[in-house]
Amino acid sequence: MTEWWTYRPSDFLMFSARNWARLLEGAHRDLWPLQVLLVAVALVLLAAAWRRPAESGRWCLAVLALAWVGVAWSFHWTRFAAINTAAPWFAAVWIAQAALLLAWAWRATTPRSADKRARSAGLGIGLLALAGYPLLAPLTGRPWSQAELVGLTPDATALFTIGLLVALPLRHRTWLLVLPAAWLVLGWTTAWLLYG
Amino acid sequence: MDRRTVLRLMGSAAAAGLAPAAHAAPLTKPIPSSGEQVPVVGLGTWITFNVGNDPRGRQESTEVMRAFFAAGGRMVDSSPMYGSSQAVIGEGLQKLGRPQQLLSADKVWTSSDGAAQAEASRRLWGVPRFDLLQVHNLLAWEKQLPLLLAMKKEGKLRYVGITTSEGRRHKDFEQLMRQHPLDTVQLTYNPLDREAEQRLLPLARERGMAVIVNRPFREGDLLRALRNNPLPGWAADIGCKTWAQAVLKYIASHPAVTCSIPATTSVEHVRENMAAASGAMPDEALRRRIAADVARFA
Repeated sequence: MTEWWTYRPSDFLMFSARNWARLLEGAHRDLWPLQVLLVAVALVLLAAAWRRPAESGRWCLAVLALAWVGVAWSFHWTRFAAINTAAPWFAAVWIAQAALLLAWAWRATTPRSADKRARSAGLGIGLLALAGYPLLAPLTGRPWSQAELVGLTPDATALFTIGLLVALPLRHRTWLLVLPAAWLVLGWTTAWLLYG
Repeated sequence: MDRRTVLRLMGSAAAAGLAPAAHAAPLTKPIPSSGEQVPVVGLGTWITFNVGNDPRGRQESTEVMRAFFAAGGRMVDSSPMYGSSQAVIGEGLQKLGRPQQLLSADKVWTSSDGAAQAEASRRLWGVPRFDLLQVHNLLAWEKQLPLLLAMKKEGKLRYVGITTSEGRRHKDFEQLMRQHPLDTVQLTYNPLDREAEQRLLPLARERGMAVIVNRPFREGDLLRALRNNPLPGWAADIGCKTWAQAVLKYIASHPAVTCSIPATTSVEHVRENMAAASGAMPDEALRRRIAADVARFA
């Protein structure tokens, strides 16, 4: 691409807010009642990270990996790719993050000492992703059928992942935070362009 | 544009022999290399037709095309870069019985095998061949432009063009216009984005190239900026009921412009756009006034 500096983020947005909304509605419709299970699993993860952070780290990471694979397949590859030519690449990145999470779960190194402040902050972020993100739809005048949910849609899943990673006493967790944080920059920029 | 030109345009519209339309036949202008008449308003598909697998979105796109053809429209423009738009066009054309008046305009947008991409696009549209293929944003033009010119020579398409948008690479664009036998050039032009008036539009006239105008409404930003301002008195003089129609008439009345390709998801808007392709057009003095008013309000 030449003259790349002349391009703005909006130049890369190739779908409308209406099509994004319908994509979310379709995901909810097709996967119902999986949403109930996803919320339950997310609550169990937060509870485990709160009560037994050192012992629950491995399987928390494994469940998060499963969530990233699920979003890669059911959202990016199956749905988003129909309106965004970059979505197959997004799916690949999400699979890579799942592999990283599994690798950390597999290594099972000695957890670092628990940091209560980090745990509280992480769980707060996780709760925000789980309970706050779905509320954004009705709070911005959109129906519940467009709510973004942990394990179902990318932004909520990435934010929840960051929260859980911060809450758990993991060594070298910065490496695991890079892709979720990068995704949020992309996802929030997209949301700003669609609804801003 | 003087009164004589306006009358000539109206006459050519009457002679165009388009399919029966719900409204008056749109004004047309010729593609200089062939003389073929093209309505001065076409249909773009960037974002609006990228509805993926959503059945409602696909049906709405079909209805937009139905209204477009019913109003006498001809040129539909797309690109492999537009996501699912090509497939959505293809489905709509099939549902509409493949309107004979269609002038299919697509693009090649790749650094690799342009012929393979053009063939994939053709299958998505479901047309026997494209009328017009353009090198999208000059991407790999060194490779793709000779390919398209060879395809035209072999009868695999009728017209060859190049595109740019938002004022990018105008120097390269100008050079290609001077060096190659292009039928069309596509660029951004509207009452706020007027850089093309300096060199590209005069050059297109000099070289006998049709000009297709993209982003007439700046993807809607221009109309959103204008919507709270009442239409000035001059709008009624040229039969405009909306700012969109005023902008489209401003564009169409430039002597070098052949047509603009506004994109929409709304049947009401496509009818409104096509209505701007008929009736009186602004003369040069009014064009200056439109540009000044739009710049003041937007």
